[in-house]
Amino acid sequence: MKTEDLKNSKEYKYGFTTDIENIRAPKGLNEDTIRFISKIKKEPKWMLDWRLKAYNRLKVLKEPNWQKPKYPKINYQDLYYYSAPKSSSEKPKSLDEIDPKILETYKKLGIPLVEQKRLNGIAVDAVFDSVSVATTFKGELTKKGIIFCSISEAIQKHPDLVKKYLGSVIPLSDHYFATLNSAVFTDGSFVYIPPNTKCPMELSTYFRINASETGQFERTLIIADKGSYVSYLEGCTAPMRDENQLHAANVELVALDDAEIKYSTVQNWYPGDENGVGGIYNFVTKRGACRGKNSKISWTQVETGSAITWKYPSCILQGDNSVGEFYSIAITNNFQKADTGTKMIHLGKNTKSKIISKGISAGNADNMYRGLVDISNKAINSRNYTQCDSLLMGNKCGAHTIPYIKNNNATSTIEHEATTTKINEEQLYYCNQRGLDQEEAVSLIVNGFCKEVLQQLPMEFAVEAQKLVAISLEGSVG
Amino acid sequence: MLNIKNLEATIDNKHILRGLNLNIKPGEVHAIMGPNGSGKSTLANILSGKNGYDIKGDINYNGMNLGELSTEERAQKGIFLAFQYPLEIPGVNTNIFLKTSLNAVRKSKGEKELDTLTFLKLIKEKASELGIDEKFLSRQLNVGFSGGEKKKNEILQMKLLQPKLSILDETDSGLDIDALRIVADGVNSYKNKDNAFLIITHYQRLLDYIKPDFIHVLSKGKIVKTGNADLGVELEKTGYSNLA
Repeated sequence: MKTEDLKNSKEYKYGFTTDIENIRAPKGLNEDTIRFISKIKKEPKWMLDWRLKAYNRLKVLKEPNWQKPKYPKINYQDLYYYSAPKSSSEKPKSLDEIDPKILETYKKLGIPLVEQKRLNGIAVDAVFDSVSVATTFKGELTKKGIIFCSISEAIQKHPDLVKKYLGSVIPLSDHYFATLNSAVFTDGSFVYIPPNTKCPMELSTYFRINASETGQFERTLIIADKGSYVSYLEGCTAPMRDENQLHAANVELVALDDAEIKYSTVQNWYPGDENGVGGIYNFVTKRGACRGKNSKISWTQVETGSAITWKYPSCILQGDNSVGEFYSIAITNNFQKADTGTKMIHLGKNTKSKIISKGISAGNADNMYRGLVDISNKAINSRNYTQCDSLLMGNKCGAHTIPYIKNNNATSTIEHEATTTKINEEQLYYCNQRGLDQEEAVSLIVNGFCKEVLQQLPMEFAVEAQKLVAISLEGSVG
Repeated sequence: MLNIKNLEATIDNKHILRGLNLNIKPGEVHAIMGPNGSGKSTLANILSGKNGYDIKGDINYNGMNLGELSTEERAQKGIFLAFQYPLEIPGVNTNIFLKTSLNAVRKSKGEKELDTLTFLKLIKEKASELGIDEKFLSRQLNVGFSGGEKKKNEILQMKLLQPKLSILDETDSGLDIDALRIVADGVNSYKNKDNAFLIITHYQRLLDYIKPDFIHVLSKGKIVKTGNADLGVELEKTGYSNLA
């Protein structure tokens, strides 16, 4: 790679800002802000009441402080909770009505919203700051009875489904950030797959933070009815800014009898600069309920961005024979910090869970795997397999593994394996001797280290994720 | 092709090479023999560009000052080292490693990179020449390979990358007689008037299959004796002890 190419590729490619007129809620967290959000979204009263209930609950909750990465106190009264491009104050009815500037933004991000240019048949919902600006391939999905739309639209058009499932996996009062999200969430995606239906294409949501001083509080709800299957992928980017921006999302998944949900994340929020200035605080609650028998939920995450990543995509294995999986790659470079892992709660009989976590630290970064395997006394013959591997690059970074295991059942089997390795100078020399430069060698070795997780990603995204892994670590080895 | 003058090398305050001279021309096969600790592997490491050595003296490779080239530049310009202990790289498919390597070398020469199909065709051909099973190519690089498989894999890489100067660092150690023959056949079939070999070995037996033009005896960081192929046979009988 030429020096110039290298220099360019090291910069955060998605750091640009779109200059667009916004409608914002007044600054600050209060009842008026919540009423403003609910009103602008033309929500029914039950939704507003739900939000206010969350807000009242929030007043008595305390922000958690047990995580490893510490951050300066967030002034919640100094944030905007709603920001939307003025041009989409009415949700556009067709793609032609979308502000060309927004279309241009997504084009720059490599997400074409024009349906003719099919992105390998992947349906996309695009969320820009606080609103969903476009959902593609709706017609094709509707024919099968699949609902894929923004959560705002679902609240209006499918209130029964939303009422039944919203908050059923992450309760209103779960914890500080989840409750904050319940009070002020702005948009996100909604998916419903009817019984015995295999969703014919990948569903994808692309989240973009554009406005400054804005928190993004997205809410996603996916329901896979009996015997159905869906694969869903989310991607995220944000402009480069000196301030830290908060992203506190809630994602709820519900899988009924014999249903399967595969949820993949490629998280590339702005990580801050090489001195640790700026970047996104990615404090996200993701939880899936395997409610039906023989159901399965599989989380795959590739976390390369954000100043701080703090999340534990989890599975509640209620149904007998249900399966939960968690595949994770967390890469931290420079001053990035991650405290991530999963929770596998075994309630049903013969439930199985598998955790594969790959943490990579470079520069001055700190990477933590924290996970819980909780086996109840009713979960007879349940199994868990956990593998946590950490790779260190250089000698200023850190890797930590904290597994919590609670077992209340003598018939269960739990396995835990963990390794920590430093990137091996001899391996690099071997690659160099075969003509690969340092960056290519690191990319090859790291992608090898992450392989078990990368191969879980839908094909269309695996290649992109491999490149992202390499780019995130550029310049981290002498 | 390679001209080494008065090479001195030190690592961790250990003075290993002490004024080594060597001249290799295209088409020649040189063998270096010598007791343990005489500096044979150090020479291989220095030529291929391993970090960590303090070096004095001149090494000229095809008109270039070798000291100014990075490890990967040396590889791209045709220096190949068959490792004594090939490294395992978990999760990396052997085919992908070989393709990445070949394309890095091709790219540096301004040649077009090979697409996957063309590459697979080429590698299958090369593998079958060495009697290597195709399945072996889709395994993780060197992971769980036997000693013989690792060494055969090194020779496969040599034939794929087509280097000008191939350095074999104790490639024969740990090989059974069949594997030894395969390795030797690989070298002999690649040998031509434009490339050269530097073969580091403890034993005469590899030299029964690959006939060297010169045999050098390295002792205490210096070449103390140089002869033709007969020298190896002689050493086999007398050992190194009566050499300086």
